[in-house]
Amino acid sequence: MAPISRDPLARLAVLRPQARFSTTSRGPCRNFATVGSLCLWLVSTCLPPLATATAYRARAQEPPYFVTYSDALEEPGNLEIAQKGTAGVPGDANGFYSSTIELEYGARAWWTTEAYLQGQATAGDSTLFTGFRWENRFRMLPAEHWINPVLYVEYEDVNGADKSVLEVTGHDGIAAFQQRNSDTRADISRTMEEKLILSSNPKGWNVSENWIMEKDLMGGAWEFGYALGVSRPLALSGSGHACALCRQNLSAGAEIYGGLATVHDFGLHDTSHYAGPALQLDLPHGPTLFFSPQFGLSSNSVGTLWRVTASYEVQQFRDLFRGKEAR
Amino acid sequence: MKSLRIPLVVLLFPFFFTVVIMAAAGSWLHKVPAAEHHRQNPLSGDPQAVAAGRLLFAEHCAKCHGSDAKGRYDRPSLRSQRVASATDGDLAWLLRNGSLRNGMPSWSSLPEPERWQLIAFLRNLPSDTGRMAGGNHP
Repeated sequence: MAPISRDPLARLAVLRPQARFSTTSRGPCRNFATVGSLCLWLVSTCLPPLATATAYRARAQEPPYFVTYSDALEEPGNLEIAQKGTAGVPGDANGFYSSTIELEYGARAWWTTEAYLQGQATAGDSTLFTGFRWENRFRMLPAEHWINPVLYVEYEDVNGADKSVLEVTGHDGIAAFQQRNSDTRADISRTMEEKLILSSNPKGWNVSENWIMEKDLMGGAWEFGYALGVSRPLALSGSGHACALCRQNLSAGAEIYGGLATVHDFGLHDTSHYAGPALQLDLPHGPTLFFSPQFGLSSNSVGTLWRVTASYEVQQFRDLFRGKEAR
Repeated sequence: MKSLRIPLVVLLFPFFFTVVIMAAAGSWLHKVPAAEHHRQNPLSGDPQAVAAGRLLFAEHCAKCHGSDAKGRYDRPSLRSQRVASATDGDLAWLLRNGSLRNGMPSWSSLPEPERWQLIAFLRNLPSDTGRMAGGNHP
């Protein structure tokens, strides 16, 4: 048996011969097609734990949503590293796993900026990088109100093979998931996306509503979508002793989101919608895990999307670049 | 080019709007409404609340304000005379609303009982002047 090297490239070389899985297995976890998919999985799975090993303990304020945004922004100076994974089997097409690496930074107490790098692997097809996004969220009012508005502005540069489902707009539907990557990867779209985020925090609950507008800068009509989420921690007060699986570390909720067609044919016709429960667990020493099965509600939706996110917040990342004398 | 104009306006408007709003925000202590100012911590004096507040502080506040709450870099000490003389209601208002212009985020997504636990812990800290931070001051 070959010794396991500490060099990651050498370890990958050892793994490489085993990376050719069968292409005949069935089910939602159907085989990864290439070594590239293995790399994608390794990077996306290992990055948050690596950050965990080197960073300060933290817990995010965010509710357990995958698509819906709340008014919770990143604390200024903090850097959150997250891996968002989405898996599904769209009808009779091959299963896929989409991975999104998210770097979220609190630029100001009222401004959060994020960068996304996306890729996906489709069984029996290929693994590819699908694009990037740059997102900014601005808290509009300086004080807390019954409803707190946040404006969201995003630039996307993604190709047609993207399967991350970070939002649903226009007539997005199952057909896009059923095409071969080679047919869709050349279809690049550069879009501006705006959201009006309305969020309330009554008595420990979070209730968030998002109105989504998207415009392809290379032409095309404005597309619309929505997302709604409700969540609550399982306990509203903290425990006097540290614990891993306390109710205060668990949040549960549900969200629903979908497309609302375009400015020319606004409505529900030929749109896709999803809903599902969402769970969040804040683990000791910092990582946060999110899990949600999301069920397609229309004939244009993928049957079930399985979503998992692992995140870690590096608190006061900016202090790493400050000298001790500045303290 | 015309197709770019509308998205760019939509992009820039919220940024400038937010900058103007934030620039208008001043010192937080003068903004606390009278009703909030007079609120009292329902968990005041509860040792369990202080213990829970200590853990919450370590989790959410220590990296900015220091594990000893004496402040780090440009983030203020929580043992200062100003914090000691603020009422429980003032601190509750600050935790809920934040002071965005000064870099203090809103902690409204923390449940209110946890925010009171944090205040109970802060009240248990000795202030920089040596005395314990008291409860409500007029």
